[in-house]
Amino acid sequence: MAKKKTIRTIPQERTPMREQDPAVRSKNFEEVACGYHPDDALRESDRCLMCPDQPCVSGCPVGINIPGFIKKIGEKDLRGAYDILTATSLLPAICGRVCPQENQCEGVCTVGESLEAVAIGRLERFVGDTAIREGWVNIPYIETNNYKVGIIGSGPAGMACAADMAKAGCDVTVFEAFHQPGGVLKYGIPDFRLPNSVIDAEIGNLRKLGVKFECNTLVGRLFTIEQMITEMGYDSVFVGVGAGYPTMLGIPGDSLNGVLSANELLTRCNLMRAKEFPNFDTPQPIGKRVAVVGAGNTAMDAMRVSVRLGAEKVYCIYRRSRKEAPARVEEVHHAEQEGVEFNWLTNPVAVLDDGKGSVRGLRCVRMELGEPDESGRRRPVPVVGSEFDFECDLIVYAIGTNANPIMGQTSKLRLNKWGYIDTDLSLATSLAGVFAGGDIVTGAATVIEAMGAGRKAAASMKAYLGIRDSTLPYANDGEKLFGIDLRERNFTRVRVA
Amino acid sequence: MSNFEIITREDFSDLTYLLEVRHPLMAKAAKPGQFVIVMLGEHGERIPLTIADFDREKGTITLVIQAIGKTTRQMQQECQVGTSLYAMVGPMGIPSPISHAKKVVCVGGGLGVAPIYPQARGFKESGAYVIGIVGFRNKDLVFWEKKFRACCDEFIICTDDGSAGIKGMVTAGILQAIEKHPDIDEVIAIGPPIMMKGCADTTRPYKIKTMVSLNPVMVDGTGMCGGCRVKIGDQVKFACVDGPDFDGHLVDFDDLMTRLKRYTKEERMALDHWEKDKEKGCRLQKAVDSTID
Ligand SMILES: Cc1cc2nc3c(=O)[nH]c(=O)nc-3n(C[C@H](O)[C@H](O)[C@H](O)COP(=O)(O)OP(=O)(O)OC[C@H]3O[C@@H](n4cnc5c(N)ncnc54)[C@H](O)[C@@H]3O)c2cc1C
Ligand SMILES: Cc1cc2nc3c(=O)[nH]c(=O)nc-3n(C[C@H](O)[C@H](O)[C@H](O)COP(=O)(O)OP(=O)(O)OC[C@H]3O[C@@H](n4cnc5c(N)ncnc54)[C@H](O)[C@@H]3O)c2cc1C
Ligand code: SF4
Ligand code: SF4
Ligand code: FES
Repeated sequence: MAKKKTIRTIPQERTPMREQDPAVRSKNFEEVACGYHPDDALRESDRCLMCPDQPCVSGCPVGINIPGFIKKIGEKDLRGAYDILTATSLLPAICGRVCPQENQCEGVCTVGESLEAVAIGRLERFVGDTAIREGWVNIPYIETNNYKVGIIGSGPAGMACAADMAKAGCDVTVFEAFHQPGGVLKYGIPDFRLPNSVIDAEIGNLRKLGVKFECNTLVGRLFTIEQMITEMGYDSVFVGVGAGYPTMLGIPGDSLNGVLSANELLTRCNLMRAKEFPNFDTPQPIGKRVAVVGAGNTAMDAMRVSVRLGAEKVYCIYRRSRKEAPARVEEVHHAEQEGVEFNWLTNPVAVLDDGKGSVRGLRCVRMELGEPDESGRRRPVPVVGSEFDFECDLIVYAIGTNANPIMGQTSKLRLNKWGYIDTDLSLATSLAGVFAGGDIVTGAATVIEAMGAGRKAAASMKAYLGIRDSTLPYANDGEKLFGIDLRERNFTRVRVA
Repeated sequence: MSNFEIITREDFSDLTYLLEVRHPLMAKAAKPGQFVIVMLGEHGERIPLTIADFDREKGTITLVIQAIGKTTRQMQQECQVGTSLYAMVGPMGIPSPISHAKKVVCVGGGLGVAPIYPQARGFKESGAYVIGIVGFRNKDLVFWEKKFRACCDEFIICTDDGSAGIKGMVTAGILQAIEKHPDIDEVIAIGPPIMMKGCADTTRPYKIKTMVSLNPVMVDGTGMCGGCRVKIGDQVKFACVDGPDFDGHLVDFDDLMTRLKRYTKEERMALDHWEKDKEKGCRLQKAVDSTID
């Protein structure tokens, strides 16, 4: 056995990942980060100390066996690494790219205490990409049962739930309102961060599991959840419709032409391909000077898309300081490299009119940090008399979203006071057989959390339907009988196929 | 779900045409006041169109479209019987409440003539006295007169030049109806914003409830982009999920009209680009034809 690694013997520097040069990439939509070469991955895998207490695993929302898969990379057994990853995560190539790792797995990595943390996300992406390139899929032998499962929404939550239910043998159909599946991954996150080919590969894998996709289907309006259960023969339904409904600032001038939500900008550009206008019909005129309000991932995406669409100047306007910015550190860094100008501690107070119904500028006020608020972050307060005007012709709001109202309007699902779907800990909703997860339950979160929620809902759905994995040892803990949760009062619906 | 096949096409004039599209599930679900979003092709724009009629037995949705820009003109050219749309999603929006009003006026102008029809029919079916008013530029553009007469107790056509019905705008028709019937409970108006504004202004002094159907620029139609936001009183609403019907006396029409001009330049570009392509296509076709000759 090799001698035990210590913090001194491992490669001290984190293995860099090649990136497109900022000057070049700010003019194209190709992926910014080019991924690891096998040698890079090998070197980086060597930095993992294989800690017995595995702090990284508890940092990952879905508890991926991180040292396990890294060890396989070290052994050059990439297929083995892929198998370990996919035992937990459905979308390694996606999460490896977009997870806020610094707050999750990498944030608690032991190596990170003295050096830079092990690049877990990059390694995960490397394995995921290899799998896509090699066409690996883990398609288990599926014994079909007669259960029909409907999934509403094709974002990460819906995809994860669909995969688990298909593997359990159910007949699974995913309904999506847009003309293409993928949710935020498709319409929100731009190609240069997450190429469509990666998403399509993952969706292709779901299809191989037998999952059917029905796009152009607005559930609630075309048919309701109740109808799915009573008329259409669905035994169980998962709702993963995302959050969506964008917040506007509510300041004077909000409705002027040239003020839009980041969701609109990104949808026009990513899904409707406005960047290829007029070869694609949907336009997105871009201003000379674009001001983006907010500093989350969505804001960074909006800024970097604006840069690529040809804006001469892109500003970030954020009322707190850099430290409080919710975006991934890497995204802020990338945006900066691409020439975005950050205005921290700045809050918009009015959009200025050019007299013809369009935007001429943005009036802002300087802020300073006061006492901490409920979230523990220091509350920004305006500095009296510090108003000043920005010149700009496009203003993008990326200040968060609310719950989409359609499910509430069209079903008896119980909502919480903010309009999100109310669930219990098992993600069961107030309607029997209907489960929900992802942004529509938690409010805007992350891809991996949504995926985790989809899997958790799938586990509850299986218990509800009385589907038990016969390969797992039977454990009678008093509350479960043959995998059926006795607290679930509806288990009488279990049928003999 | 469906392959969105076009099974009937009818041309009312060189501007307005009707498409009947197969979608049995939607035909079952559709209610007056709702709309669909259509994509002609993979590269197309998502355009909202009101469901002008639906036939639950045949399993079809009827759209009546005015060819005003790139997409609607291209559809006019390419959507023939037997062809299919790339995408059609809906029904979207909150159905128009068919209230218990006893006497209603249904007003349609321009692209609003077709969508007002299911509402008029809906009110008739629920037992109301229905006065239909439709506005056209001239006699040649008039369509669906028979359909309207079949479900309206009174029917008034208004034309700009007086070549059919009364000369003048639909607001003249409304005034005429109000004079004759002091007990009108509700007016429903669909058409270009300027017309709906006129209708709302006409009924305001009489305090008659007036519902209008707003048509801001849309992208998704599912409440996700906020592009369709409109000002209603002191509130901001998303027309696609909170509407498209709103109280006409509260709508800020000037705001709506300004916002509709947002993409004028790009719309022009798209049209020019398409027409150039079309010409190129024709030239190519001619070249091919001449080589065959
Ligand atoms: C611009 C942007 C950037 C982001 N960047 C990151 C990042 O870097 N890292 C990260 O971890 N997270 C990021 N996030 C957050 C992350 O994408 C979301 O938390 C996650 O996608 C939520 O997944 P979901 O499955 O709940 O919903 P979504 O991904 O929102 O998918 C919901 C789907 O349901 C469809 N739908 C809605 N209503 C209906 C209906 N009635 N019928 C049928 N279909 C319906 C929608 O069209 C959509 O496709 C970002 C979000 C945005 C907007
Ligand atoms: C809820 C709703 C219902 C509608 N119902 C019908 C209908 O039944 N029949 C019909 O002919 N039209 C209807 N419209 C309008 C129709 O969507 C537009 O005519 C169409 O999008 C124009 O596309 P274009 O590419 O042909 O024209 P463009 O070149 O895009 O635009 C030409 C003109 O149309 C206006 N316009 C552009 N996009 C939109 C849009 N998304 N919505 C509204 N106006 C727009 C512009 O202000 C411009 O003046 C409806 C719109 C909405 C929002
Ligand atoms: S899924 Fe995300 S948090 Fe979990 S290990 Fe992978 S990169 Fe880290
Ligand atoms: S905490 Fe870091 S070093 Fe330790 S096992 Fe996890 S990845 Fe490896
Ligand atoms: S069209 Fe996007 S929110 Fe209404």
